Amino acid sequence: MSQTVNITINGRQTQVPQGTLIIEAAKAMGIEVPAFCYYEGYSLQAACRMCLVEVEKMPKLQPGCTLTANEGMVIHTESPNVVAARKGTLEFLLSNHPLDCPVCDKGGECELQDMVFRYGAGESRHVENKVHTPEKQWSPVVFYDAPRCILCYRCVRVCDEGLGVGALGVSNRGVISEIVPNGEDHLKCDECGACIDICPVGALTSGSYRYQTRPWEMTHVGTVCTHCGDGCKTTLGVKNNEIMRGNNRDRSGINGEFLCIKGRYAFDFTSHNERLQAPLVRVNGKLEPVSWSEALATVAAKFKEVKAAGGRFGVIGSTRTTNEENFFLQKFARTGLGTNNIDHHRSGDLATLLDALSGRENALASVADLYTAKGALIVGADLSQQHPLIAFQLRANFRHHAAKLFTVTPGPVREDEIALAAVRAQAGGELQAIEGLREKLAAAGDLTILFGDAIKGEAVRKLVAFGDSLGIPVRYVCLLDNSNSRGAVDMGLLPDLGPGFKAVEKPGLAAPEMLADAKLDVLWLVGANPLKSATLANAGAFVVVQDLFLTETAQRADVVLPAASAYEKNGTVTNTCGEVQKLKPAIRTMGAKADLEIIGLIAREMGINAGIWTPDKVFAEIQQTVRGYNVPAAVLTAGAAALTMPVNGRVASQARPELIRSAGDTLFTSGSLGRYSKVLNSVMESPGGLFRHERE
Amino acid sequence: MNFSPALEARISKILGNYPEDRKRSAVIPLLLFIQDEVGAVTKEVVDEVSHRTGTPRVQVDEVVGFYSMLHRKPIGKYHVQVCTNVSCMLVGGTELYHHAAKKLGIGHKETAADGVFSLEEVECMGACSWAPAVQINYDFHHKVTPEKLDQLLDSLRKIQ
Repeated sequence: MSQTVNITINGRQTQVPQGTLIIEAAKAMGIEVPAFCYYEGYSLQAACRMCLVEVEKMPKLQPGCTLTANEGMVIHTESPNVVAARKGTLEFLLSNHPLDCPVCDKGGECELQDMVFRYGAGESRHVENKVHTPEKQWSPVVFYDAPRCILCYRCVRVCDEGLGVGALGVSNRGVISEIVPNGEDHLKCDECGACIDICPVGALTSGSYRYQTRPWEMTHVGTVCTHCGDGCKTTLGVKNNEIMRGNNRDRSGINGEFLCIKGRYAFDFTSHNERLQAPLVRVNGKLEPVSWSEALATVAAKFKEVKAAGGRFGVIGSTRTTNEENFFLQKFARTGLGTNNIDHHRSGDLATLLDALSGRENALASVADLYTAKGALIVGADLSQQHPLIAFQLRANFRHHAAKLFTVTPGPVREDEIALAAVRAQAGGELQAIEGLREKLAAAGDLTILFGDAIKGEAVRKLVAFGDSLGIPVRYVCLLDNSNSRGAVDMGLLPDLGPGFKAVEKPGLAAPEMLADAKLDVLWLVGANPLKSATLANAGAFVVVQDLFLTETAQRADVVLPAASAYEKNGTVTNTCGEVQKLKPAIRTMGAKADLEIIGLIAREMGINAGIWTPDKVFAEIQQTVRGYNVPAAVLTAGAAALTMPVNGRVASQARPELIRSAGDTLFTSGSLGRYSKVLNSVMESPGGLFRHERE
Repeated sequence: MNFSPALEARISKILGNYPEDRKRSAVIPLLLFIQDEVGAVTKEVVDEVSHRTGTPRVQVDEVVGFYSMLHRKPIGKYHVQVCTNVSCMLVGGTELYHHAAKKLGIGHKETAADGVFSLEEVECMGACSWAPAVQINYDFHHKVTPEKLDQLLDSLRKIQ
């Protein structure tokens, strides 16, 4: 523990640990010391001179962002001297800054505008012409307007330190200084847009948002990103039923401000012109648009007919639909249709992990834990590509707490650069490679092991046994692909496990077996696209597809029902660490219905009572039936994440490691959704590759 | 890129001065000495220094942009740098610069067609006590008057 010192800020006494930055000490007291270059979590710059404060017995004003608290300091943050200095600083910052606020994207939420509003400097004594250079486009995502830049270096630091990309620098000096991209005239980076979000002025703007709207014309909806399994909160700015932008500036959610290109920009699939907006039914071999009632009647009639004849159903759910939808789907399939032929795309062996960890507490790590863990072992995953938030958390942990990282991967990954040891191991050789790190791992103090689809079946048990043998606390993260891959497992979209990992009496068919079943009568796909890479054995099977787009599978369907995306509905999703969060609808797409509603309508049309199908009611049922999900609903309603703790007993799973395979999405791909995102397809880094890291 | 054996030896020595994970410390000396041989800090030079020091390209680029003694385009055999910062300005630095520009027929950061001279208006180079100061390549010239500058430039032109 560091020593506590007494300081006085604006006449109020306080105690802070010695070495606390004055700007932070003031913040803790509710006193704002304005700053452009200072940014919590990143290295200190002291470049903007905005945070100058007056310290008694010090001859000159001191930058509050680098001055540390010492015993007896008496500080004034709003004295006449300070106010005059800030006004002067602003006058200088404005010496070349164009006053184009009326057409600037940042207008209304610009930190420079706010400061000038507060301190004045409306009149300038500068008579020289302003230095002007034309705006530059660095990528489809990032635009840079040098004259607006106040050279706070926030973007440079967030890119280098936060993301580990280091794509931005500052070239030249003095009045012609400007931010430069790593590719001379363009960017080669993650295209995450963190630089744009963190920019205090309108110097960096995004290709998708610029000149589209004024910030105050939007309503903001905090929901969960629908792409990878990390569960970042993305706050969507909505105007006239259209999503204008995504960011998370209020730092709500497990990701703070972090978002990758998918969370920040890849919402654009929602307005893709190929979105399905009317149900389609195959008439004379062609899919024709029909009314919802006609489509539902067709589906219900066929389902009833097959059920009455004792026919065979196959149901494949999605890794992006909500917990409520997955729960209701399997419940309706098992009780209403009488089949256990239920599955989803499996991307990690969670069931075996939970079984191996049975009876323990605190064995699963949350996203927040990744920031505080002393050691982390990454096995067979390219986190920067597949799980950007987890990579960001571990990087921050390394930067702030010198966490010891270890990578055991088939090829180079970005985390190698900050790892204590980076080992190359091909498929099957991971456990042996980990064994070689035994002493270093045990010395970490505590360890979080993150593994992807490389470790499954028996290997998971061996990994847990290895963790046990280290003699230090070990926690695990089973990395899963999509926004609700975890929820799909938890809700029992499996032929052998019901909700909460309860074994079913007569296990049904797994997805590949359904497709290969020559006697399958009905294949019902809720947001799944298995026919992209597989064929259907029974050419005569009746195929019902619920999806956003006419995917490969939907093209083969007999009935296609247009589904709402995650940004258009209520419900909850569970991220790869097991944290449940609530979705909130940002927009509506005409003609599309939420999958929960579609399933419910099919049940009603069949005359089957499957219970009430509103998200709240279904979640209440989940809370009661799915172990680990008895989380307070108020936490979720408030927009926070609740960690589910399903680890408390054996799981009688068939495991089936051969069925577990990650789709291998990179930062710039996202299954079928990614194909319909213009932004993801427009950046030159797309589609990227796994285990091919090379620093620019 | 390949350099002369002498430069290669110098580069090895400089790189050897720093620990393995602190090679970026060698960025500035490497740029400077490679510029002397190549004539300018070209794109290839930046890539080479980035590669040899394990520093991201953009960070090497920052250094090149920041320091006025590093040039992206070839400069003259004799690079004339005239200080016009406060101390020099007060005793005729600005006039000296204009004189040089007129005599050489080139402006700020320009190189004469024959490649002998290039000119640059620079900020303080720490020679205030002997202002106005002029630096030509690595040599300082103190208390320079237009006449002294003429003599200097003429003699350099003769020996080139």
